[in-house]
Amino acid sequence: MRHIISILMENETGALSRVAGLFSARGYNIESLTVAPTEDPSLSRMTLVTRGSDQIIEQIIKQLNKLIDVVKLIDLTEGPHIEREMMLVKVKAAAASEARNEINRLAGIFRGNIIDVTSSSYTIELTGTGDKLDAFIQAVGNEEILETVRSGVSGISRGDKSLSL
Amino acid sequence: MELTGAEILIRCLEDEGVEYLFGYPGGAVLHIYDAIYKQDKVEHILVRHEQAATHAADGYARSSGKPGVVLVTSGPGATNAITGIATAYMDSIPMVVFTGQVPTHMIGNDAFQEVDSIGVTRPCVKHNFLVKDVNDLAVTIKKAFYIATTGRPGPVVVDIPKDITAEKCAYSYPKRINMRSYNPVVKGNKRQIVKAVDLMLSAQRPMVYTGGGVILDRAAKPLTNMIRTLGFPITNTLMGLGAYPATDKQFLGMLGMHGTYEANMAMHNCDVLIAIGARFDDRVTGNIEKFCPTAKIIHVDIDPASISKNVMVDVPIVGGVNNVLKEMMALLAESKQTPDKKALAEWWQQIEDWRAVDCLKYDMESDLIKPQYVVESLYNVTKGDAFVTSDVGQHQMWAAQFYKFDKPYRWINSGGLGTMGFGLPAAMGAQLANPKATVACVTGEGSIQMNIQELSTCLQYGLPIKIVCLNNRTLGMVRQWQEFFYQGRYSMSYMEAIPDFVKLAESYGHVGIRVEKPEDVVPAMEDAMGKHKNRLVFLDVVTDQTENVYPMIPNGAGLNEMILV
Repeated sequence: MRHIISILMENETGALSRVAGLFSARGYNIESLTVAPTEDPSLSRMTLVTRGSDQIIEQIIKQLNKLIDVVKLIDLTEGPHIEREMMLVKVKAAAASEARNEINRLAGIFRGNIIDVTSSSYTIELTGTGDKLDAFIQAVGNEEILETVRSGVSGISRGDKSLSL
Repeated sequence: MELTGAEILIRCLEDEGVEYLFGYPGGAVLHIYDAIYKQDKVEHILVRHEQAATHAADGYARSSGKPGVVLVTSGPGATNAITGIATAYMDSIPMVVFTGQVPTHMIGNDAFQEVDSIGVTRPCVKHNFLVKDVNDLAVTIKKAFYIATTGRPGPVVVDIPKDITAEKCAYSYPKRINMRSYNPVVKGNKRQIVKAVDLMLSAQRPMVYTGGGVILDRAAKPLTNMIRTLGFPITNTLMGLGAYPATDKQFLGMLGMHGTYEANMAMHNCDVLIAIGARFDDRVTGNIEKFCPTAKIIHVDIDPASISKNVMVDVPIVGGVNNVLKEMMALLAESKQTPDKKALAEWWQQIEDWRAVDCLKYDMESDLIKPQYVVESLYNVTKGDAFVTSDVGQHQMWAAQFYKFDKPYRWINSGGLGTMGFGLPAAMGAQLANPKATVACVTGEGSIQMNIQELSTCLQYGLPIKIVCLNNRTLGMVRQWQEFFYQGRYSMSYMEAIPDFVKLAESYGHVGIRVEKPEDVVPAMEDAMGKHKNRLVFLDVVTDQTENVYPMIPNGAGLNEMILV
């Protein structure tokens, strides 16, 4: 099963490598990982997407909690939650071509923003779940894509529940 | 008054009550060694190799209950210490290791004797710190000791760049420390404890299995009280020996791969298993699919990650062993119930039948010296009261099987990592912590050569350790597996050119005695403890090369499928 684990940790150098090291040492897989400081600069928030049986996920959570730098964590997939990922994608769009109009339309349908324009390309910013970003890539087609960059998943609980101190 | 970082480090150790600092000097720690020179509160023990510094600190910690403290230089000093750090990590031994580092502005420049100590040690420490500001030094050291000694203990590394040891600031050592990200649970959940006690009282065929956690939490006494009250059979893991008196009738010996038949059979057939401070290691469980098929399992451990890691348990209790045992005892007293006497009597009858197999028997008529006899003799000559360290291999198993530890903290071995070369330096630490006690190192001619240079340290500090070397001219445990599972293809398990250990010991200024006949074993040991009491004695005992460790659970088998002699 796919799980999204959200972690509040001390914003110390090396904290990220402790998490990454734990996953590689124990053979757990990481699908994506994002990290940045929170509104409290002494804390970082990490969102980690992983897969495993219930038993493995239980171990992952226990082992993460054991890390001295980890202050608090929550498995977002245990309750209602929202996940978002941001993608920047650069696609071919030759001047005055039909393809250029098509990309523009597709970006609109997917609620993307065109954030850079040249005579031969568009760069589009797109936010959504991983599935939505995948669907956009499929709709554009691999041949048309020059470059993509994805942020990895960020997640948050729905409702009043929050991960804070 | 402002102190330098080096002076602050030493003052912190003093304020932390550190008696001994095990270490080896080098470029990056010269300021610290200068600060050591100018004081006389903390005694520095100069080893001959940084690995030995960590093992000695480890032996000191295991035998005294206080954290072991190590100081090594940057680069090779730090990497040499790794084996000892990993050994302590696997066995949850409290230790604080200070590693020198190149000056802050040189870090990352591939400077002379630079290694990323934080990166290299990360997988084998409980936590580590790089100190980047002298103002943080004292509080970091406080945190290091706090983390190393609380919760599930373990080694903590503090990496200190050379410039930090020269910079100055005002010194104050925090009395207490609070960390929002580290709050180990020490008190067990009451509801779970009630459930556990109910299950214990309802057991027909109970079995108690305890490990190193009981030793680490200094809980031998409450454990012994509770088990005696309940009348249950008990086994200890390799790490847990001494937690319950080995000469007591309720003790079934060690369990696991080379455990006793009665302990393993009782494990396999019990209906309630009470695991305390043990972690269901693969050497204990055998084939996990076949482990305790009929048992409901209670598991008490301070580390939540140890619970349901290898074996799913029915009643998990996260907490300090000492606290939980006390609460269990209180509940037992309160309930006024006792276990089912009739069922327990039948269970004991069954266990006695297993015990009657006498799985540890060996040939006592042989003209060759049997290694088992050597350990038994050591037990008799030291009246069971010695601190015994061991290295790793056959001799380690025989020491665990044949030296009956009635008291905790006496048995010191590398159980988790299985580090050859551990025994002698660990004995140095144990001897320093217990200057009046007899400290014996049971070893083999393979293991002892992995840290033999420490004979020099022993001379310098006058440590009268008794080395009992079971010299069978082969890497015994490797040979045994090659005999059983590789059709006798003894690949690299023989050692040619074994040194003359008597001369070797003498060249280091110690006493060496070679023992070749069974009748000479006890007199040689009596001499070692008697007329050579105050000197290190190297007993080079020539044992039967073909002897194997029995009983044994082969790979993939369950606890009920032991190979007997």
